[in-house]
Amino acid sequence: MKRKSRFKKLILLGAFMLPGSGHLLFKKNIKLGIHLLLGTIAIVLLVIFRWDRFINTFQSKAVDHWVAAIFIILSWLFMAFISVKHTCEFLSDKMQKPRIKTPLFLASRRFKENKLAVVSLYVICIFYLVAVLAPFLATHDPSAIDNVLETRYQSPSWEHPFGTDEFGRDLYSRALYGARISLSVGLLAVLIAILIGTLYGSVAGYFGGFIDNIMMRFVDVFIAFPTFFLLLMLVGVFEASIVAMILILGLTSWPGTARFIRGEVLSLKEKQFTEAARAIGLPHRTIILRHLIPNGISPVLVSAAMMVSTMIYSEAGLSFLGIGIRPPIPTWGNMMSSGKDALLVAWWVALFPGGILAATMLSFNLLADGLRDAFDPKVLMRRFL
Amino acid sequence: MWRHILKRLAQAIPLIWGILTITFFISHMAPGDPMDMYLEQQRQRQVDPEIIELLRQKYGLDLPIHVQYVKWLGNVVKGDFGESFRYRRPVLDLIAERIPYTLQLTLLALLFSTSLGIIIGIVSAVKQYSALDKGVTLGSLIIYSIPGFWMALMLVLVFSVYLGWLPTSQTRSMDYEFFSWGQKIFDRLWHLILPVFVLGVGSAAHKARYVRNRLLEVMNEEYILSARARGLKEKMVIFKHALRNAMIPLVTILGLHLPALLSGSVLIESIFAWPGMGTLAVGAVGGRDYPVMMATLMISAILTIVGNLLADITYVALDPRVSYEKKKPV
Repeated sequence: MKRKSRFKKLILLGAFMLPGSGHLLFKKNIKLGIHLLLGTIAIVLLVIFRWDRFINTFQSKAVDHWVAAIFIILSWLFMAFISVKHTCEFLSDKMQKPRIKTPLFLASRRFKENKLAVVSLYVICIFYLVAVLAPFLATHDPSAIDNVLETRYQSPSWEHPFGTDEFGRDLYSRALYGARISLSVGLLAVLIAILIGTLYGSVAGYFGGFIDNIMMRFVDVFIAFPTFFLLLMLVGVFEASIVAMILILGLTSWPGTARFIRGEVLSLKEKQFTEAARAIGLPHRTIILRHLIPNGISPVLVSAAMMVSTMIYSEAGLSFLGIGIRPPIPTWGNMMSSGKDALLVAWWVALFPGGILAATMLSFNLLADGLRDAFDPKVLMRRFL
Repeated sequence: MWRHILKRLAQAIPLIWGILTITFFISHMAPGDPMDMYLEQQRQRQVDPEIIELLRQKYGLDLPIHVQYVKWLGNVVKGDFGESFRYRRPVLDLIAERIPYTLQLTLLALLFSTSLGIIIGIVSAVKQYSALDKGVTLGSLIIYSIPGFWMALMLVLVFSVYLGWLPTSQTRSMDYEFFSWGQKIFDRLWHLILPVFVLGVGSAAHKARYVRNRLLEVMNEEYILSARARGLKEKMVIFKHALRNAMIPLVTILGLHLPALLSGSVLIESIFAWPGMGTLAVGAVGGRDYPVMMATLMISAILTIVGNLLADITYVALDPRVSYEKKKPV
């Protein structure tokens, strides 16, 4: 009996030190186990190869290094926690609870059938991880300028996988740091847009009549502006810092979402569950927030994935024109802008940031495609619009 | 029919008013007024405060904002968009110079993308679920996802820098003036190939998917079944019966694509040094040229509305099933 408990402790220790080992040992939920194990190996490799930077982090004041280091530690702890928890369940031999087939579960199962969408989800996750861990993954300081005459416009090599730019800065490292701007601007702007758009559209659709009319006319006006001209104007009026950029992008793109959700709400509010909610005297706020929005949100999520790609594109475009986020801060857009000037001497300066940008946008569009099929199998026919 | 058109026109007027209003208030949200911006540009010179005051009065900036708004609106309705800070010329003249170039680019891109989209859409619908169809579906998503300005750079790199087949930028060659009449047209078209292709190819991908899906939907309709039952050839069924019906909603899509094309033209124009509205707007933002910024924003929006209006009217004219009196379900 005592030996058995020691054995258990050993397994638990193993599951803690090497997340995922428990899953593989008991041959249960092997997929999750492999993911945990790969994550662990990635972390271990990263820490070993960048040991000096990892250690130096805790003496430095660079915020992004701290964030990256804390992220690594937290993700380790998180994986270890899951691993130990599951291993405990395996050890105590509890029956696993049968899965309830909620709509979300069914949707996720349909999503997993779409291989391209799953791959693109992985790609997106990896991009975001890379963006967070940029300080540890970069091979050079993104803004280090050495002897410019010798180091400028070096073509891609082992030392500089993406080559160097006109100041001899390593483009690979700059692309990694650029990813953080592009990806976070895209995500945050979409969050703002979705939040405003959903509330606005559902209120308009729910109350209908005069209020709806007024509110939607305003949306019509907003949609009539060609996005890029509107962005140009706003960027011209306000100084384009990163925060301003997020706000400008977010505050200009909610009308599309509002239209979407309004349409959904218009049909949902005729359904019986809304009537029932009204009959038991729920306030409007509760009906909108708890009943209408959750039921009508799936097309919004699909459009959100596409919107992230558009936002990233817009930010890159503005920076490319030299009026978005300005050069000392690397973004894919302004890297391409310097690539445009150097097109005749150094093709790699424009090629790589743009290629990554295209890959990101493609991943989000594929993700949107997969989400659309997952949420509504009926509209398989009407993809892309 | 005419009643419908008039009704649509009447609906467009408040929309345009809204656009003007929003433009005005955006430009006045800026910290400081346009005069500060103007002075900031001329910062090399010290300007006498009295002169500043006089200038303020001249441009009406000392008035309360609602008075300014009404005055400005009155001027805009009369076609007076003010004077550019940078070029010292009426904004309307500047835009009138630039707009043909932008329209040339966008309309040709619209034509190109529509024809390409329809052809590819038909092919992949006819061969549904074949390798070709799947390839086209994925390929169009990839092309749709490639940022236009990057594609433009890469195409310039390949076709202009390495192969030397196409010009890198500008609307015409340096020695354009000495060309004969035919050569001039050829030269213009030569310079249009790359920008039109880049601008149009993304929305062509979009339209191809749209046409494909619409065509497949229409193929399930009963009139197609009856056409087949009468023993018509497959070619006849597709081109005469299915395609015509599938095309009608495409008109609306054309209208919806116009703002995207105008937006895209900003980047494409600046890459190809195309003297259109996009480059004008970008230059105005860089130089804080407020009157020009406001005018380009307004005019691009009004172009969009006109485009949608045309699409809407064409839609009703093409499809007799849509009644003029009832509101179209949105």
